[in-house]
Amino acid sequence: MPYAIECHDLRKMYAGSPPVEAVRGVDLLVEEGECFGVLGPNGAGKTTTIEILEGLLAATSGEARVLGHSWNGAGDKIREQIGISLQETRLSEKLSVLETLTLFRSFYREGISPKEAIKQVSLEEKADSWIKNLSGGQKQRVAVATALVGDPKLLFLDEPTTGLDPQSRRELWGIITDFRSKGGTILITTHYMDEAERLCDRVAIFDHGRILALDSPQNLIDGLGADHMIDFEVDEIGDVSLPDDFGSDLPGVSAARRDADNHCLFVAQPHVVIPALLSCLQEEELELTSLTTRQATLEDVFVHLTGRHLDDVEDES
Amino acid sequence: MNRSLFMHPLVQLMWARVLEFIRQPEAVFWVYVFPLIMVVALGLAFRSEPVESMAVDIQESSTAQSIRETLETDLRFRLRISTEKEARRRLRVGKAELIVVADESSDASYKYLFDPTRPGSLLARNATDDVLQRAAGRVDVITTSDSEVRDPGSRYIDFLIPGLIGMGLMGGGMWGVGFAIVDMRIRQLLKRFLGTPMKKRHFLTAMMCSRLIFTIPEIVVLLVFSRLLFGVQNQGSYALVGLLVVLGGFEFAGIGLLVASRAKTLEAVSGLMNLVMVPMWIASGIFFSPDRFPDLAQPFINLLPLTPLIGALRQVMLEGVGLTAIGSELVIILGWGVITFALALRTFRWD
Repeated sequence: MPYAIECHDLRKMYAGSPPVEAVRGVDLLVEEGECFGVLGPNGAGKTTTIEILEGLLAATSGEARVLGHSWNGAGDKIREQIGISLQETRLSEKLSVLETLTLFRSFYREGISPKEAIKQVSLEEKADSWIKNLSGGQKQRVAVATALVGDPKLLFLDEPTTGLDPQSRRELWGIITDFRSKGGTILITTHYMDEAERLCDRVAIFDHGRILALDSPQNLIDGLGADHMIDFEVDEIGDVSLPDDFGSDLPGVSAARRDADNHCLFVAQPHVVIPALLSCLQEEELELTSLTTRQATLEDVFVHLTGRHLDDVEDES
Repeated sequence: MNRSLFMHPLVQLMWARVLEFIRQPEAVFWVYVFPLIMVVALGLAFRSEPVESMAVDIQESSTAQSIRETLETDLRFRLRISTEKEARRRLRVGKAELIVVADESSDASYKYLFDPTRPGSLLARNATDDVLQRAAGRVDVITTSDSEVRDPGSRYIDFLIPGLIGMGLMGGGMWGVGFAIVDMRIRQLLKRFLGTPMKKRHFLTAMMCSRLIFTIPEIVVLLVFSRLLFGVQNQGSYALVGLLVVLGGFEFAGIGLLVASRAKTLEAVSGLMNLVMVPMWIASGIFFSPDRFPDLAQPFINLLPLTPLIGALRQVMLEGVGLTAIGSELVIILGWGVITFALALRTFRWD
């Protein structure tokens, strides 16, 4: 079975002083019909990687093949079969939705009708509205429609839901799921872990221009050795202070972390660990102020791999 | 409209530009109304009227009053008797064109004080001298008669209109194309286009042609208006004026494309545009003939993109010459257009 995307040891160096190595040796194989997620904080090299695969940037070294063609030489063949939505494109404000899609449709030899594209993103009522008068979520749907109008086999979506309200995000997820159910391949970047868990067959977690982990969301979570999390806080009076890895020696705990006041235990069986934790705290004469349990998420995988939260990294950038 | 032609990327890109343009009232105002305001203002400022009056100061002396009475026979003089100091000050600041001094110490009866580089002063000096000489008994030896020529075609406004057409083509082409492209680059729209199979040459051609679509009505409005208001006429063929307008529009759209081919900010593109346009505003003959510049500068001025355009428009509109007379101008105009378009195709960056 041919791969939709195939790249080996992809590298991108930006000139400057000092030069910035945005992508440091990425290998990816994306199968046809797959929804593949590229996850990571801002500045992890996600956008650079996707733009190389979209043919918008030239890699410094390494090879990228898309739909069986190389970007060297067969660029136009690839462009006819892919649809892209960039992280930030401001479409012409004084064109209507229909006019915008008619313009984009004219670029492709084969494709669906502009009206059909509008229908796929459920904007029929807004077909004659100027882009200027649309909400953020509607604009994003038009951007995705410009990617769909060429009837692509492969869809690249770079942070399609960033900054959108929950309702708009769900609408976009619906569009992505529809495209996939018709056999299309999708490469999506996001820094929302819940989005990746929900949409993607497989995800690659990026940090500092490299892939830290690549697998299905469930396998990545299973890889933690614990699919439950216990979060708790204690009332630390005076100089009484718990070590950061408090609880890691309890039976059934595979790892322990602390972020500010919150302690977090990675466990497989909460019902075994919680009684042990409670009696341990009682021995130390510490009062529990909160305790919750939840399912492990990709966020926990990221934290486990990097020692940082996604949010922490975003604040830096 | 033919469906497949309408769906050609070139047509669609142009159509999108036209829609965007007509939906921006402010852009329409600047393109169509501003040149008209300019024509009216300049036409009024430089309307051809005879010299109405000359301010002549007579320096205080015993004969000042009699000089005044002599000069008063000519109604064009605005006369005033001033002290020497006052008269000098008025001459210096331009309130008086000439000072007449009754000179009692030397052989000459009168002394004229004026700045010979001021045309008004020269006129006043000669007119004053004429009147005083005749009053003293000079007799004209031959008879002459004056006949005033103020035909359409020889006035400043007639000279100005071809200049303004050239200026409109330059400004429209460069700002219209250059700004639009840099704006699209900032909005990442160019990058989005790069991700489609759309051809670069289609995009650049559409940007040039859509500009021409906006420019041609602008020129028509300018020609009609200047004819109705000032009686400006075209002595040559309209087809030739049309050809020059199209080629001029093409030329400056090409230069606009090249200037905008890499600029990433509106500030950068504005700076570059001004750098390119300022020499032409000054030297290419919009408001006055480029012949006024030194001979040494002429070959350079003649090669500037705007000089041959305005020169050819004036030859056609004022002298009514034919195609062959403006051949060298057409070659230079076309050369600029083709070379800048080809360079823009090579250097153009989408991101």
